[in-house]
Amino acid sequence: MTAPLLRIEGLSKRFGGLAVTDAVSLEVRAGEIHALIGPNGAGKTTLINQVSGALAPDAGRILFAGRDITRLSMPRRVRAGLARTFQVTCILPGFSVLENVALAAQARDGSSFRFLRPSAGEDRLNRAALEALAAVGLAHRAAAPAGALAHGEKRQLELAIALATRPRLLLLDEPLAGAGPEETERLIALLGRLRADYGVLLVEHDMRAVFALADRISVLVYGRVIATGAPPEIRANPEVRAAYLGEDEA
Amino acid sequence: MRERAVPLLLFAALAAAPFLGFGEGYALTLLARAMILGMAAVGLALLVGGAGLVSLGHAATLGVGAYAVVALDANGIVEGALVLPVAIGAAALFALATGAVSLRTSGVHFIMITLAFGQMAFFTASSLAAYGGDDGYTLYARTELGGTRLLEDRLVFHYACLGLLALVFLFCRAALAARFGRVLRAARENPLRVRAVGFDPYPYRLLACVIAGAIGGLSGVLLANATEFVAPSYLSWQRSGELLFMVILGGLGSLHGAILGALAYVLLEEWLSHLTEHWRMVFGPLLVLSVLFFRGGLAGLLAPRRR
Repeated sequence: MTAPLLRIEGLSKRFGGLAVTDAVSLEVRAGEIHALIGPNGAGKTTLINQVSGALAPDAGRILFAGRDITRLSMPRRVRAGLARTFQVTCILPGFSVLENVALAAQARDGSSFRFLRPSAGEDRLNRAALEALAAVGLAHRAAAPAGALAHGEKRQLELAIALATRPRLLLLDEPLAGAGPEETERLIALLGRLRADYGVLLVEHDMRAVFALADRISVLVYGRVIATGAPPEIRANPEVRAAYLGEDEA
Repeated sequence: MRERAVPLLLFAALAAAPFLGFGEGYALTLLARAMILGMAAVGLALLVGGAGLVSLGHAATLGVGAYAVVALDANGIVEGALVLPVAIGAAALFALATGAVSLRTSGVHFIMITLAFGQMAFFTASSLAAYGGDDGYTLYARTELGGTRLLEDRLVFHYACLGLLALVFLFCRAALAARFGRVLRAARENPLRVRAVGFDPYPYRLLACVIAGAIGGLSGVLLANATEFVAPSYLSWQRSGELLFMVILGGLGSLHGAILGALAYVLLEEWLSHLTEHWRMVFGPLLVLSVLFFRGGLAGLLAPRRR
């Protein structure tokens, strides 16, 4: 049994009197899509923020590839191989699509304290960026300004940026949010292909996507994990049905 | 092509100016002043336009450079090979120390804290009794180059300023296009995005402050030489505001805009002050109108139109 890629132990975070993350423990293995579901306000994004380093937890530990990263800054975690996408699209609208991704490739390619050579002409960075764009099916838009992309394309771009940091684990915060039906199909197929190379912690509201993609699912309600298991187990779990799935079917 | 053509024409015009009616002593002095302030403005444009860091204390770096010249002059040292590195180093160090603190803040707080550091430098200069205090300090002579008095010659000084301005401009432009500048520009657009791909913007921004500070120091040396006089007013916050204004007037989108802005500012100020005693009444509204109607600044007016 190999050690899990990501291991969260007893993570807690309070905002005033409210426990948004309440002693959460979970694991993501390499090659696994671990979905995190739960009703609005359950603390899913807050959890992602703590794992990615955007927010410091009050208690608990985060282990990544066996190393304690609880106190590491976000840039350091990314360089260790932990990449994330954002629920609200986070790109550089004034940069070209290619340069958005090339910046991520640059972070993985030696020093950036270089002053004379134009970065736009660096073949190695551009090739790596194009590769990541091709992986998400956005290579044909490389020259477009990122701000001019359609919403679904921006979601793809976020993914390409995350891939270009050469991660081992992807934290995906609602990658399907706001995507149209066709885009959703494309993105689901894409996420399915990612499984082969990365561990994925997936926060998603689209239950069809979650049950199609996830190897395991954890259900978060009021900051607590009330169940973890394979999709059929979660579907059958009465507590989960009461707390969450029932809402959709009612 | 035209993106390169405008700065090229600008430098060609500055090179030809002494033979096109700007050859008289006073006109040359005015142009030198514009080029020197333009140099400081290019450094500031790297910060404001490139990194998105609006500093209201940039004149302090000019002041540190100028007062380094004064301090060495008072001790009988006028050799450029010594004066230049000392002055530039002092200004860079000042920028490093103040930048390290200022960069802990952002937005309006950054503006206010740079203003505060600028004022501290201003009052320090005012209290330097040995260097004239409020009254300032008259240099005995211009900085020497290898023991020669080359810089005393107006034409030589003009081309020295022009050459250094070109060097500063080319370096800043290259740095902004290179990896370093890409991180700076990205962090200006969206710092979270930059952190989320693995860069901490802080060291890049700090180095940008140091580069701008070093350029400010160099301009300070030249300004002290141009007027052969240094006073605390070099470091006043009004001077910082003027520099910021040159950058905005010229256009935040390009570095040569800062030079255009400085030229326009200095020449307009000169021309208006000849027309009327109340020239500021005209100058102020003109500046407001130019910002309102030339969004891309002077450089934007000359740039190719995008469809």
